[in-house]
Amino acid sequence: MVTQAYAQEAVAPAEEHVEGAEGAVDATHADPTADTHATTEAHGGEHESGVFPPFDPATFPSQLLWLAITFGALYLLMSKIALPRIGGILENRKSIIDADLAAADASRQKTEAAIAAYETALAEAKAKAQGIANQTREAIQADLAAKRSAVEADLTGKVAAAEARIASTKAEALTHVDEIATETAQTVVTQLVGDVSTDSVRAAVAKAKE
Amino acid sequence: MAGTDPIHQFVIEDMFPIHLGGDGTAGSGLNLSFTNSSLFMVATVAVISLYLILSTASKRVVPSRAQLLSEMTYEFVANMVRSAAGTAGMKFFPLVFCLFTFIFVANMFGMVPYFFTVTSHIIVTFALSMLVFLTVVIYGFMKNGPKFLKLFVPSGVPGYILPIVAPIEFISFMSRPISLSVRLFGNILAGHITLKVFTGFIVTMSSLGFLGILGSALPLIMAVALTGLEFLVGAVQAYVFAVLTCMYLNDAIHPSH
Repeated sequence: MVTQAYAQEAVAPAEEHVEGAEGAVDATHADPTADTHATTEAHGGEHESGVFPPFDPATFPSQLLWLAITFGALYLLMSKIALPRIGGILENRKSIIDADLAAADASRQKTEAAIAAYETALAEAKAKAQGIANQTREAIQADLAAKRSAVEADLTGKVAAAEARIASTKAEALTHVDEIATETAQTVVTQLVGDVSTDSVRAAVAKAKE
Repeated sequence: MAGTDPIHQFVIEDMFPIHLGGDGTAGSGLNLSFTNSSLFMVATVAVISLYLILSTASKRVVPSRAQLLSEMTYEFVANMVRSAAGTAGMKFFPLVFCLFTFIFVANMFGMVPYFFTVTSHIIVTFALSMLVFLTVVIYGFMKNGPKFLKLFVPSGVPGYILPIVAPIEFISFMSRPISLSVRLFGNILAGHITLKVFTGFIVTMSSLGFLGILGSALPLIMAVALTGLEFLVGAVQAYVFAVLTCMYLNDAIHPSH
């Protein structure tokens, strides 16, 4: 076993050259091999088949070689193909989501601007409508007032004319009353006393009226 | 008794013999044969690579289930690296990702009956932990130069304690590859042996007649529970290995702690 171990040690550098590509993995090869040689030598003379398999140094070179090959291949495949691709997918998704969010935000702002514009337009229209309504109302009121005053003036004129006519008629009637009273008094006095002058009766009537 | 021998599952058998040097007799020269271990290493790498590459081939914005799993694995490891080693640690992201997926898939393969468990051999776990260790040491010195040695001198420690603290820090640093590799190896090895022992009990007891068959229900229950536990252990150990790798890489990136 000891000689075999030495033989393996002698070949170890050759193995290092085989996989010169990966420095780190290479070094891991050199170290553990040396380690295990020490333990094997310490055990001394133990036969290979009697060793607990995980501690059997005869299998170490093969395991290390194939681990280096497979793990190296895995590292290459991951770092060159798989991981950049997944990273790219995630990056792409993030940028799409960000762009969508930005677009949504822009749309929202546009909507808000539209609502604000609508509201100002509405307020303007309301103000204008109110102005038009006020104007119309004022015009109607003015018209109405003018017509009413005209009609009132007309009516007052008519009333005044009617009152004047009534007054004149009344005055006329009153003069007639004097005459009737004079005639009546003259007739009554003539029947009672005898003839009396019209003038004296008229004077007496005028005196009685006061 | 190969059927119930708990050690048999760890035996490495040559499938395609490749021998370098030696005098032609058995055990001489360097055995680089393609073994059952190599087969499962290849299978592990093939499963990881094929799955990740094929599931992401269509690069969908709205992912399919398969693609989602790849993305979740990616983000899981990426968050692990970012939280433990910072954004500067992301240059080691492929390494941590490979370590995590390789150990995880190898452990899961190991749970399939008659399959070989790659991580049950200390040389494999040791090689992986040395890869981490040497990456930390080489990158640490490349990036920080002699300042990397500050790692052994914790800030805020009074000068007169340093002769005690620095050697302790140094020893704990140097024992990292051992603890890292033995933790994974020990967990997987012990778990598989225990599982095999309990399932072996079932076989042995069943051959003892009716009472034996009845009694074998106990180790059966145990074996079922242990199988669940081993799946958990396999996943957790892959995670632990990856997290510790991140923390060690953090030392290389930010040596003054």
